[in-house]
Amino acid sequence: MEFLAVFTPLLAFVVAFFFGKALGHKGAQVVTCAGILLAAFAAINLFFDVALGGNARVVELAPWVISGDFAVHWSLRVDTLSVIMINVITIVSACVHIYSLGYMSHDGARGRFMSYLSLFTFAMLMLVTADNLLQLFFGWEGVGLASYLLIGFWNHKHSANAAAQKAFVVNRVGDFGLALGMMAIFVVFGSIGFDEIFAQVADKADVTFDLFGMHVHAMTAIALLLFVGAIGKSAQLGLHTWLPDAMEGPTPVSALIHAATMVTAGVFLVARMSPLFEYAPAALMVVTVVGGLTAFVAATIGMTQFDIKRVIAYSTMSQLGYMFFALGVSAYGAAMFHLMTHAFFKALLFLGAGSVIHAMGDEQDMRKMGGIWKKIPYTYAFMWIGSLALAGIPPFAGYFSKDIVLEAAWADHTWFGNFAFALGIAAAFMTAFYTWRLLIMTFHGKPRATQKVMGHVHESPPVMLGPLAVLAIGALFAGAVFYQPFVGGSGHHGEEHGAAVEHAAEDSHVKETDVLHVSAEDELKKIGAEIEQEVKAVVSQDAAHTAHESDHGDNTHSDAHGTGHDAEHGADFWNSSIQVLAENDTVTAAHGAPLWVKKLPLVVGVLGIWLAYILYFKSPTIVPRLVEGMKPLHTFLFNKWYFDELYDALFVKNSIKAGKLFWRGDKNVIDRYGPDGVSAVSVAISKGMSKLQSGFIYHYAFVMMVAVIGGISWFVFKFVVEF
Amino acid sequence: MIDFNLVPLMPEIFLAITAMGLLIVGAFQGNCTLRVISWFGVGALCLALFMLTRIDWHLGAVLNNMFELDTFSAIVKVFIIIGLVASLALSVRYLFDENIVRFEFPILILLAGVGMLLMVSATHFLSLYVALELQSLSLYVLAAFRRTGLRSSEAGVKYFTLGALSSGMLLFGISLIYGAVGGLAFDDVAMVAAAGDVSPLLIVGMVFVISALAFKVSAAPFHMWTPDVYQGAPSAVTAFFAIVPKLAAMALLIKLLMGPFYAMALQWGQVLYALALLSTVVGAFAALVQDNVKRLMAYSSIGNMGYAMIGLVAASPAGVSATLLYLVLYMFMTAGAFAIILSMRRGDLQVLNISDFAGLSQTRPFLAYGFAIILFSMSGIPPMAGFFGKLVVFEAAMEAELYVLGTIGVVSSVIAAFYYLRLIKVMFFDPPEDAINDDTPFARYVVLGVSLAMVTFFIFKPAGLMDLMDSAAQSLFIS
Repeated sequence: MEFLAVFTPLLAFVVAFFFGKALGHKGAQVVTCAGILLAAFAAINLFFDVALGGNARVVELAPWVISGDFAVHWSLRVDTLSVIMINVITIVSACVHIYSLGYMSHDGARGRFMSYLSLFTFAMLMLVTADNLLQLFFGWEGVGLASYLLIGFWNHKHSANAAAQKAFVVNRVGDFGLALGMMAIFVVFGSIGFDEIFAQVADKADVTFDLFGMHVHAMTAIALLLFVGAIGKSAQLGLHTWLPDAMEGPTPVSALIHAATMVTAGVFLVARMSPLFEYAPAALMVVTVVGGLTAFVAATIGMTQFDIKRVIAYSTMSQLGYMFFALGVSAYGAAMFHLMTHAFFKALLFLGAGSVIHAMGDEQDMRKMGGIWKKIPYTYAFMWIGSLALAGIPPFAGYFSKDIVLEAAWADHTWFGNFAFALGIAAAFMTAFYTWRLLIMTFHGKPRATQKVMGHVHESPPVMLGPLAVLAIGALFAGAVFYQPFVGGSGHHGEEHGAAVEHAAEDSHVKETDVLHVSAEDELKKIGAEIEQEVKAVVSQDAAHTAHESDHGDNTHSDAHGTGHDAEHGADFWNSSIQVLAENDTVTAAHGAPLWVKKLPLVVGVLGIWLAYILYFKSPTIVPRLVEGMKPLHTFLFNKWYFDELYDALFVKNSIKAGKLFWRGDKNVIDRYGPDGVSAVSVAISKGMSKLQSGFIYHYAFVMMVAVIGGISWFVFKFVVEF
Repeated sequence: MIDFNLVPLMPEIFLAITAMGLLIVGAFQGNCTLRVISWFGVGALCLALFMLTRIDWHLGAVLNNMFELDTFSAIVKVFIIIGLVASLALSVRYLFDENIVRFEFPILILLAGVGMLLMVSATHFLSLYVALELQSLSLYVLAAFRRTGLRSSEAGVKYFTLGALSSGMLLFGISLIYGAVGGLAFDDVAMVAAAGDVSPLLIVGMVFVISALAFKVSAAPFHMWTPDVYQGAPSAVTAFFAIVPKLAAMALLIKLLMGPFYAMALQWGQVLYALALLSTVVGAFAALVQDNVKRLMAYSSIGNMGYAMIGLVAASPAGVSATLLYLVLYMFMTAGAFAIILSMRRGDLQVLNISDFAGLSQTRPFLAYGFAIILFSMSGIPPMAGFFGKLVVFEAAMEAELYVLGTIGVVSSVIAAFYYLRLIKVMFFDPPEDAINDDTPFARYVVLGVSLAMVTFFIFKPAGLMDLMDSAAQSLFIS
């Protein structure tokens, strides 16, 4: 099954790309869509097999690099974590593939476009199924390449090329961190395979590097370096500038790559490396703070933008910030939960926006929209669903995932957890605000487009609405259905808990890490049992609340009386693919958060919607005055906190200056005496040799004889010297 | 005791008899039989190859210790026969195109082949000499095969005169060795040398013998004939020269160095060192300003022999194995390269200037891409097979601590990469000239296909060929 899920997109890419001319656009579209649908089907099967059946495994494919102590294999690691990603990727990708049939139907290179989409899907699948960091890096760079190709797909547009390059270059900075992190891991652990790393983490928790006379805590350094990679890929504050520009790509690309999948690779990386991050509390603190700041800053920018896609892009960045601070407080399950729900509703929003853009004749500026909701009712409805999910209104998916993220941040009870919680609440308010600002500006009010454009506004064809419907189902139900398995239970980690140890004894499919911990079981069992007692006590306090939430739509796991069962189910579900130390288990603690913590996100969300309603629908005249009144702040936000200008002044200009300097030095010194000089000398020698080649037999014979006599003389000379 | 066990020499005997038989057929039926004789010769070679694979490779000495079949010679013979098949298959159409339809051509190649096969089996200096001369005389005639052509005749005369000089050196060296040892069997020489009785006479004899063989493999400074003969001889003959005799002569050299002369490794190491060094440098530099592809291939072969010899200087099983692997890979690449060069015709004329390759990627894309792959391989760019050939050779040199030689080898291979890459640049980036004929015969495609397959797929299973070469090298050192 895993082969089918991972390699069908590759096959589709190869066929569609290399035989695209022979197949024609139709053929390429059929091949890629069939491939991705097959993969999605296989992925769903895998989910039942692996996540629900507890059948995690590693399939080794072929040796890749074997050099001394360094051994890396191509392999597919299929556990709960990766199988969730596989499902998100293939399902969203399938929707985007189908959607693109309609959206790109007038593009001259649509066959190539489809093949790139398949290439991206394959690279992303390689990333998430990696069993070692090198294969992960392969996928990481592969998605970077596909992203570059797709952002710059309309390469006749200068801005698209510039955006593609920007995305590539900015990501290089992050990739450098990731590469350094990999090397550091190899230095410390002597391997880059996940199992080998995780098995040693506890023993190496106190290892330090000596760097320039400083003692650096190895785990912290590694975790931070990996996080730098995540910052780049997931557009976190600092390396986020490429994401809004990436909206130059076709809208399906934005939905697939820059909302649902690639940008979440950083989240996946941290979740995958959770056993390591757990031993680097300082790094987790940094992750939390960066995540919280990103969520906040992106939301503030999102409130002021007018380009419909950019608003959603900043919203994506903001939601990624949520995921990161969830990771930072060790709520990996919550982060993955939000990742999944977000993938559905954000892809839905993007594709909906694409449908609007399509309807408006490639117009993206919301100031030139408005009053079209009656003309495109289906798109309108889908956008509502996506917006409700994004704003966190029950029972939509975003409500469940955003709440658990915020509760976990609160339950961390650290200054940075509280900091992230505060920023997250503020961002939740702004999220709701800018989402309804978008809805109202796009669909309501007086039409601001020209008469001609308005005349052409039409609902998208079924081939575009179908995928929207699929995603809408995800945005509606994914939260309620998956709440229990993802974050429902208490002991959802596989560390030193008594529960985990018991599982190890029962379950024949336990992972290596578990087995290792079993060795210390005797003394741990006592502690584990005690902890579990406490945990159960905490959870049962909140049993009523849990039951209440389950009523929202989930009927598969709504056994309110059995919190203990839930606890075990959580552990079963993740099956050690993410690991949390007992003292960091914020997801469990989150269930014990007080009522105001649980309700605050919803309250601010509704407030945000209400404010947007007042400002943009009820009395639109306030907005210009408001903007005028807060001119400096608005300008600051509208210009995206001047990140681009700052980077331009600091890095871009100086790089160009340095580049020019070196170029001159290169040309006048290195080239003149290096390549040019050497080649001139080589040609001179060559010409000299040609002259020796006179063509006369006696010259040739002479050279031969001289050589023989020379050789003999050499030995005779040596012989004479010896005696 | 009279030794009548002829089984180890079955392939040679079979080929010799076949050649005689074909000669009679040709003599009676005339030149119109060329095609039949050629393909019959190919068949006979394949049959000989089959025989070779069926007989036991450890049969030992035959004909009063004149020849022997061991793993080393058997493996080399396998590749010699493959090379012969390739060069015959390449040349048939060429002879018709160039209007030199004479039935002696395949027969001469078969006889040269017999000489080469016997050469690598020789265990006695006299049998060595006879076999070498059988090969050389056939080659002289082949070089002058277009009798009416001035260039071809010139090439033949040059090759013959200088070849005679080298034969003289060989005989003189052998006589000196006889004077020092009192016998001509390889074992006699090895015994005397191993006893520590290395007289100056023996060393001088050895220098003469090595020089003569250096002429055959065209190692600098005995290389001067190579560019002229390569350019002057008909292209099919050039292809043959480039593909097979180099391998045979080098195998013979290996056999001598690791057999009778092994105890004098200290001395011949210095000679080989100088030969390898000069060859790599000459091969790299002199080719830079050449315009003619055949001349370019001549210098390329000089350089490549230099790289192959680097492995020999190491005087270790690993070194010998590296050299053999290098030679065999080079043989495959050259066969492919000449399959393309022979196809470069416009109208009735063979076009051989580098500028004639301009825009080949547009006029004959298959040839251009094939040639590009082979050239990449020759310049040692991974993942082509040529890279691994160079890798093992330099690895052997590094293990034997020949740092200077290894470094110079690497540097000259970088310089040599220039002229290979220049050809690629001309084929792909220069505007096309007039169209090249597209009547390339099937046999040539087959040779090119095999060559390309070898070059590109070697990386997937390098162990197969490498293990074979290792076992060949080991067999030399055990005995």
